[in-house]
Amino acid sequence: MIEFIDARWADILFRSYQHSSLVIQSLLLATVIAVALAVLVTSCRRLTPVANAVSAVGLTIPSFALLGLLLPIVGIGTVPSVIVVSFYAALPVLRNAVVGLQGVEASLIESARGQGMSGAAVLWRVRLPLAWPVIMTGIRVSAQMAMGVAAIAAYALGPGLGTYIFTGLTQVGGANALNYALVGTLGIIILALILDALLVLLSRFTTSKGIRA
Amino acid sequence: MNQTTATAPDGSGAQLELVDVVKKYPGQSRPAVDGLSLTVPAGQTVMFVGPSGCGKTTSLKMINRLIEPTSGQILIDGEDITGQDATQLRRSIGYVIQGGGLLPHMSVAENIGLVPGLLGWDKARTKGRVEELLEMVGLDPAVYRDRFPRELSGGQQQRVGVARGLAADPPVILMDEPFGAVDPITRQRLQDELMSIQEELQKTIVCVTHDIDEAIKLGDQILILREGAEIAQYGAPEEILAAPADDFVADFIGSGSKLKQLSLLRVGDLPLSQPQTCRVGESVDEVVRRVEAAGERSVVILDAQNRPKEYLFLRSLKRHQTVPVFSHELQTVVDQRSTLSDALDAMLVSSHGGAMVTGGSRGDYLGVISYDTVTEHIRTLQTQTGQIRAVPSAGWEAS
Repeated sequence: MIEFIDARWADILFRSYQHSSLVIQSLLLATVIAVALAVLVTSCRRLTPVANAVSAVGLTIPSFALLGLLLPIVGIGTVPSVIVVSFYAALPVLRNAVVGLQGVEASLIESARGQGMSGAAVLWRVRLPLAWPVIMTGIRVSAQMAMGVAAIAAYALGPGLGTYIFTGLTQVGGANALNYALVGTLGIIILALILDALLVLLSRFTTSKGIRA
Repeated sequence: MNQTTATAPDGSGAQLELVDVVKKYPGQSRPAVDGLSLTVPAGQTVMFVGPSGCGKTTSLKMINRLIEPTSGQILIDGEDITGQDATQLRRSIGYVIQGGGLLPHMSVAENIGLVPGLLGWDKARTKGRVEELLEMVGLDPAVYRDRFPRELSGGQQQRVGVARGLAADPPVILMDEPFGAVDPITRQRLQDELMSIQEELQKTIVCVTHDIDEAIKLGDQILILREGAEIAQYGAPEEILAAPADDFVADFIGSGSKLKQLSLLRVGDLPLSQPQTCRVGESVDEVVRRVEAAGERSVVILDAQNRPKEYLFLRSLKRHQTVPVFSHELQTVVDQRSTLSDALDAMLVSSHGGAMVTGGSRGDYLGVISYDTVTEHIRTLQTQTGQIRAVPSAGWEAS
């Protein structure tokens, strides 16, 4: 095992970097899309149950199946990986953003409007900052999930540590099969823990002291 | 009205006029507000009172168009505001709500500086204004500026709420049950402060309350509404107490309107007694000698700024060498503008049967109002049965 890692550490680091990069970029994309959707959905009450249903049902679609469905449309490589990871990452963020935005007291919003804040100002300076801790929690859940989903992306020849796991699985019984699978899996777990710690820091840094738990 | 405007200080109130204002919600047969017409003279405080659901809050919110009127005109300084941009309009109307309505993720300074920020004031000007307002509402800027709302007591949050409403020096200020969420003693103090601020600034204030005593105390005019925001009576507190228009109004102001008149009388209208005083830091022996020579058993302790700090029996004072510094909040202090009913409340927690009276914006000590003086006064009121007592005008009608 140590020899295995020793022989490939440059490759492992590079794939770890690719894996993280895929997850973080997809997470950013997913957050932007999900928060935008949540803003849209919470301003139109009839859409809210729809959004909740989508985020619940969406998570039941096997990621492997979704990837398979995408391959004939967008081909192999990075593009299907980003789409699949973003899709799954968006769902918890969407759900939390809807909950967070709905949790902002109506009286506070009215008070802000009563001071002369425009609709956009209320959104950017009141609703989003107040919903932010809840949205951040959703982002952390998404980050963990995206780490796992990104491994599946290797099936479509996407970047990252998933390739190691697939290599291990296709060589079952072979000399390094177990090493490949273990290094891939443990690597993803370590990356997930590091990312989560960073997100906790980010959350503290970006949440007003006035509403921090 | 023009005279008032001409003599009033800069940035003071504007005349507010509602003309046949109607609010009808779809699917409801009766309008919530059915043709309300009303003129509020510049610089006056009008209290909207009435049973819940009478449309008083709806009427208030139509003035800053948080609720859009279905028809009718609302004029500020003669200008119809129903066609103006609502967001711009609200920046020129102060808005204070129950509990303060502070934004929890913003500091005290950010909350107060909200409207100046929206109006594009530069940072230095906003900062200066925030300090000025914090001083005005009795909060030390150095201590409270950077705090967050959750680090403040209910009363302090409400003070910041009032400061925020005043921030951009708007001519009209709307208040929706401003002191409904604080305890009675804090409420009384906030009311006193609002009155002294109003005396100085002379804004046009429209204030919704369910508390008739608050209305009597704060209002230059009281508007009593019944369902559909129909005017039951509109007039000065003393008129309404003296001659309720009908049974509805009489029921609403409640029984014991003699006692209610205690809410019309100010502490400063009655003679104050002058018990012995001493300063923080004085030698206790000397103070005791002086007080005993005067034949008294207790003494009022003042600080260097002449503010009352404690009202102590000599036997409690004798435990110390020099007169100590007291930093706790006193509940037995009333402003000279406080009503007699507030003073009675304060006396109830005092062991001396009296409350210390302060005046001016810095809270200078003036004397002590005793329980006996007040009961004496109630007795004279009672002997004048049937005859409505004219309200002493000291500082009251003048504002």
